[in-house]
Amino acid sequence: MSVESAKIVVEAIHKSFTGARGDVLPVVGGISLDVADGEFVAVVGPSGCGKSTLMNMLAGFETPDAGAVRIDGRPVAAPSPKAIVISQHGSVFPWLTVQQNLMFGLNATEHAESRQERAALADHYAAMVGLKGFENAYPHELSGGMLKRVELARAFIVKPEILYLDEPFSALDALMNLRMRNELLRILAEERHTVVLITHDVEEAIYMADRIVVLSPRPTKIQASFQVDLPHPRRIASVEAQLLREAILKELGL
Amino acid sequence: MALEPHEDEDPRMSTGQGRWDGWLARTLPPLGVIALVIALWWWIVVRTESAIFPTPWAVVTGAWELVADGTLFEHIGASLMRVGLGFGLAVLVAIPLGLWMGWVTPAFRTLNPVFQMLRPISPIAWIPLAILWFGVGNLSPVFLIFISSVFPMIVQTTSGVHTIERRYLRAAANFGVPRGVLFRQVVIPAVLPEIIVGMRIGIGVAWLVVVAAEMIALHSGLGYLIMDSRNAGNRYDLVVASMIIIGLIGLLLDGLTRLLERLKMVRWRYVR
Repeated sequence: MSVESAKIVVEAIHKSFTGARGDVLPVVGGISLDVADGEFVAVVGPSGCGKSTLMNMLAGFETPDAGAVRIDGRPVAAPSPKAIVISQHGSVFPWLTVQQNLMFGLNATEHAESRQERAALADHYAAMVGLKGFENAYPHELSGGMLKRVELARAFIVKPEILYLDEPFSALDALMNLRMRNELLRILAEERHTVVLITHDVEEAIYMADRIVVLSPRPTKIQASFQVDLPHPRRIASVEAQLLREAILKELGL
Repeated sequence: MALEPHEDEDPRMSTGQGRWDGWLARTLPPLGVIALVIALWWWIVVRTESAIFPTPWAVVTGAWELVADGTLFEHIGASLMRVGLGFGLAVLVAIPLGLWMGWVTPAFRTLNPVFQMLRPISPIAWIPLAILWFGVGNLSPVFLIFISSVFPMIVQTTSGVHTIERRYLRAAANFGVPRGVLFRQVVIPAVLPEIIVGMRIGIGVAWLVVVAAEMIALHSGLGYLIMDSRNAGNRYDLVVASMIIIGLIGLLLDGLTRLLERLKMVRWRYVR
């Protein structure tokens, strides 16, 4: 595969919203970005800069006013299980058990497993994220960290080529946040995925990403891009990581 | 609700003794009020030397009379049968219709104004039409119960669909599941708590309406029992006994519908 055939190609996308009084608010002001197959790209930007709008367009929940998003060369017209979104507040179905949640995505037509096979697969992924013994629990019986694990497992089980993480761990407490980063990296090491992480947490980006893209305030554009060539497991306290952190914070005006 | 527990609270509160005390604390006050009302009622009847209005004891003996000759259970059975039929039909119509109206916006825009207009019409106002269309048999009250309980359940189900959180619908869209799965595993379970609320409202209204409907032209049911007791010799002891029985059965019906809230599938709605 050549460099030109990137997994995700974002071509000069723009998006504006019309307010209640007819005023037009430009949110995304022309973003172009290529993400290679298997690459982990973090998008960092100030809050309210349009990160989530960018994510919605990548995932096909919203269409850009101009420009296009392509995956494997094909324009994205609608959401698809090829690219699963995990967002801050989570979307684990509270009325289904852990096992039923994990089996949910396997209901799509391209999966032809029998019910037993799907249940076995669900239990395998539950074990992979450390939820063994909780297969029949309901989400309200789980902690925030466990819910995130359910959400990750539900995504991994459909073998998506791309994961879109929209501030996935920001609703967790600080310790659980750190633990989930390691958990995610451990799973990603086993099953290679292309990942786009949207975050306002610079350290989270440095800890996990191969490349960090910094967004400007609204209407947002790419302001800077940093390659993170540090071996895993990374130490945030290391000199290189701290220099990178300062450079990124400087771009963010801090 | 009780106060927040404090660390320095009496340790007995968590023991069996404490639970027993809690139960007493919750049960005694309402029982006290009922006892007070009965005492007051008794005292007034005795003081005013009323010839028609019964004492509580007369109500008890009157009720016993109805139990002994079996008529009470016939009337209760007749009323419950009508409620069962009318309410059951209403559930069968309201849930699919409410889901459809909630999901399909043009259907909502078309039908909602009509239902909103029909909804405030008292079921009692339908009685002449019910008799015209269905005569004075069992069908009239069944129709009245249907018409009175179907609208609240439609409205509740529809608003349930409208309030499904977008993140869940997005997740379903993201996984690309077929429509059938979307409905079975996302839409219907998400709306189920609202449907149960609608059913509680519906059964409450149905029980109110059956009594009124039976007062009109029927020869069975608790509503008929009240009218018949009054007409046939001013048996106000039986009137009051019937009223109390109506209240108790209404409470029971609500309690039965509330049991649905304990389903594991809907627990998420009531925790936190």
